[in-house]
Amino acid sequence: MLASVLAATSGFVRPDLDWHALAPELILTATIVVALFLDVTTSESGKGIVASVSGIGILAAIVPLITLGLDDSSRVMFDGAYVVDDFALVLKGVFLVAAYLTILLSTNAIAEGDYHEGEYYLLLVSAVLGMTVMASARDLISIFIALEMLSIPAYLLASWRKRAKTGIEGGMKYYLMGVFASAIMLYGMSLIFGGTGSTLLTDVGAAVSGTFGDSPVAVLGIIFTLVGFAFKVSAVPFHNWAPDTYEGAPTPVTAFLSVASKTAGFVAILQLVFIGFLGQADTIRPFMFVLAALTMTVGNVIALRQTNVVRLFAYSSVAQAGFILAPLAVVSATDGDTMAKILSSVVLYLVVYTVMNLGAFAVIIAVSRRTQSGEITSWAGLFTYAPGLAVAMGAFLFGLGGIPPAAGWFAKFQLFGAVLSDGSASAYAMAVIMAVNSVISLAYYLGLMRTMFMDDALDGDVTPIRTPVPLVAAVGITVVATIVLGVMPGLVADLADGATFAFLPGQ
Amino acid sequence: MKDLLNGWGPTAAVFLPLVGVAVMLAIPKSEETLHKVVALVTSLAVFAVGVALLAEFDYDQTADMQFFVNKTWIEVINSRYIIGIDGISLPLIALTVFIVPLVIIYSWNHFPEPHNPKAFLILILILETGMIGTFVAQDLLRFCGFFELVLLPMYFMIGVYGGEQRKYASLKFFLYTAFGSALMIVSILATYFLSPVNAAGDHTFSMIELANWGAAGNGELVRLTGILVFGGFFMGFGIKVPMFPFHTWLPDAHTQAPTQGSVILAAVLLKLGTYGFVRIAIPIFPEAAIWWAPIIGGLAVFGIIYGALGCLAQTDMKRLIAFSSVAHMGYVMLGIATLTPLGTNAAIFGMVAHGLITGMLFFLAGSVKDRFHTLEIKRLGGLLLQAPRMGWLLGFACMASLGLPGLAGFWGEFPAILSAYQPADGLSEPLFRTFMVIAAIGTVLAAGYLLWLLQRVAFGTPTEEFEKEHIHDMHLTDYLAWVPMIVLILVLGVYPNLLFKITDGAVVHSLRAFAGS
Repeated sequence: MLASVLAATSGFVRPDLDWHALAPELILTATIVVALFLDVTTSESGKGIVASVSGIGILAAIVPLITLGLDDSSRVMFDGAYVVDDFALVLKGVFLVAAYLTILLSTNAIAEGDYHEGEYYLLLVSAVLGMTVMASARDLISIFIALEMLSIPAYLLASWRKRAKTGIEGGMKYYLMGVFASAIMLYGMSLIFGGTGSTLLTDVGAAVSGTFGDSPVAVLGIIFTLVGFAFKVSAVPFHNWAPDTYEGAPTPVTAFLSVASKTAGFVAILQLVFIGFLGQADTIRPFMFVLAALTMTVGNVIALRQTNVVRLFAYSSVAQAGFILAPLAVVSATDGDTMAKILSSVVLYLVVYTVMNLGAFAVIIAVSRRTQSGEITSWAGLFTYAPGLAVAMGAFLFGLGGIPPAAGWFAKFQLFGAVLSDGSASAYAMAVIMAVNSVISLAYYLGLMRTMFMDDALDGDVTPIRTPVPLVAAVGITVVATIVLGVMPGLVADLADGATFAFLPGQ
Repeated sequence: MKDLLNGWGPTAAVFLPLVGVAVMLAIPKSEETLHKVVALVTSLAVFAVGVALLAEFDYDQTADMQFFVNKTWIEVINSRYIIGIDGISLPLIALTVFIVPLVIIYSWNHFPEPHNPKAFLILILILETGMIGTFVAQDLLRFCGFFELVLLPMYFMIGVYGGEQRKYASLKFFLYTAFGSALMIVSILATYFLSPVNAAGDHTFSMIELANWGAAGNGELVRLTGILVFGGFFMGFGIKVPMFPFHTWLPDAHTQAPTQGSVILAAVLLKLGTYGFVRIAIPIFPEAAIWWAPIIGGLAVFGIIYGALGCLAQTDMKRLIAFSSVAHMGYVMLGIATLTPLGTNAAIFGMVAHGLITGMLFFLAGSVKDRFHTLEIKRLGGLLLQAPRMGWLLGFACMASLGLPGLAGFWGEFPAILSAYQPADGLSEPLFRTFMVIAAIGTVLAAGYLLWLLQRVAFGTPTEEFEKEHIHDMHLTDYLAWVPMIVLILVLGVYPNLLFKITDGAVVHSLRAFAGS
């Protein structure tokens, strides 16, 4: 018995490991280990060190990304299941920057609240590790593993407000919905595996382009898999968990979920659609059209009625997800130019959205330190007592709304460009839906502006806000990035343009 | 000098205000006088650049883009930093650089509540960048960027410094125009992808190349596509003008905006829309323009009558002037809709004249509000007795506005009406002659509401309420701000060729696609 097992394994050859390519993940893993060690050895009052170490670890992980980028060669491991190409590098960069900013947002909020502090950073870095894996995963199984790696810490973080009912409720909802989505997705993946006999995305892509693609089971598998990730990016009608979870979770976690976790979902969708499912573009187009149109419209319309600023941003981020999905409604198996435009516009939007949304949450955290409330009315007159924060928030809101000179306009413009480059009637219909939605979104972004700039402060209380240094840094970094990228969009446009997949089926 | 202007003139005019903003940001809020001086010096510097551009402009070649710059901007999407000035944009640039210093001078002692000169003047300077930028941009994307940049400062100007309904008015203003801009962006991108590719295989955003493409018949463009794309531009520009039925944001915005905001809004911002039609929509899609012209013309004359009737029903002086803008922009749009050089020349003249005259009227309305703390026509009266100089000026501005020959307003209105008699080939003559008659009736109504306004506000005796009050006549800043405008209204009225000479060549060039023009 044992002998046969040994005989079977003796043929095992260790696959080639490219240590350079794996360096970011390895550094994150080391960070987790060190943070865990520090967490168990430091006293309750000294947990700040865990935050610092996590932050440094994340920054250190960016270094190999840069060297890999300069190296300029795509690295493939595990027979193509794990690829470090330009796309992966850019997205890993986004995740790491988002994570670092999240740590800046968290330091004071977590230390001052009634939270477990050390474990918080541990889980945060674990989730980031899952995200960096996701950016490289080119295999159904590695995608699934990456998803679970980033989701499970996120479920815990979402319910981090352990004494608040809303916190537990939000976390529970997120968990149940997430598991449900994983199940659907796994079912879809199993159908695809059953039909293609491979979990490698390039193999799947070849099979879907071939005869398997026309069978109903392939269509079912594709839809189920994408639905799983539609939950992750909170696309309508799979968005119900988002507002409650966002409101219940500690605000830095909300920022993290609405940016990094969502981006990870988009990364998976992009990889699946571009490498795996493109042969069935005829199935994906109507599916994505409906999904995107519904998501942005429903998200925007409900956002109009929100009175809580975090819920407002929850629905706003739902609507933004709709915008990001929109170019996928014009994917095509034959038009390489359009596909390149779609990819670069989505990546660009993800980068810019990350910066703007994290910035907005940084301001929300800073303001709620003073007001202890998430109600929009408590923002009244912010400009009179915290002009800096108000102006920064203004830049983020205009950026999210797509008004120049803040960064969002160019990214949004590129989304429009990608959609219209298809030139079909449905593309024009999509563009008009997007245009109308941009205006609806301005209504609530401007509503918040109005409260900040034009209303009088509540009870005439104009004591200034004392913002801790990490928050100031976070707001400063994001606001500078928002303005600079708005005036000189070429800086990231080139980056997004270069973020291409190294291996596509048929190449 | 010429070389420097060629390379840097328009760029300097666009970005100098931002330099002023940067300086002002560095000065603490309490140094109010210093802020005023910096803002004024900045706007005068821009004015000086404008004068230099006017002086160096080659008036024999108005159809050519002068002071032309063409540099890469965002290479990925083939959007370039293309700026230039021709006979169509020159008058509007001149108007802008002329109005802004006057507004700042007027502001000197008249800062609206909440008194914050630093923020207020910064907003005005940012506005100036946006306005001049829109007029010099020759790249659709640049144009669009500047076009939208204007929204921000105006939103704050109305929303922070406005009257009681300011929040409602500012949001309405923003959403209306943003809706138009959003559809315009779709059209801009559609134009880009429809445009012919150059040798390098790229499409183009260059308005000059696109206009050439339009003049050559749009290649293989499907007619319906052209009409739809024009429709997007129509929404973007039509809301900004504003044309009936998209005008409802205008009375609210004007009424609630502070005087300075109203003046800039009336003098320059509304022109961004009409300029867009003349510069972009019509030259690039001439065939679609012929399809749209009857609709534009019809809405224009409807707006003339509707605006005039609206004026007659108003009880608030500022709201009345706002509605008169709807009517006046109707004449401008009628001129544009004829697609003839005569009509378009008249339209550009109308833009400048309306900017000066309505700007003047808003200045006066603001001063009345300042002194009487009300603009309700019922409560006013006898201005000529209490403040004779202001009273006479109101008379002068009303006369100019109703199109009295010899003043600037006449040359915007009369040729526009005349041009409808003989529209471009492909347009229905009976229809446009009907428009002409309706528009002519509109001038009678205009005389009616303006003279009635004058009668109620300036003539008669002061109402009991203000009988005893001492009303201060014009201040020094009023003289400084208003005299240049009055002089210009007179000069343009007596010698209209000053402007027609500049615009004609460029207009004929831009309408070269239309037969019979």
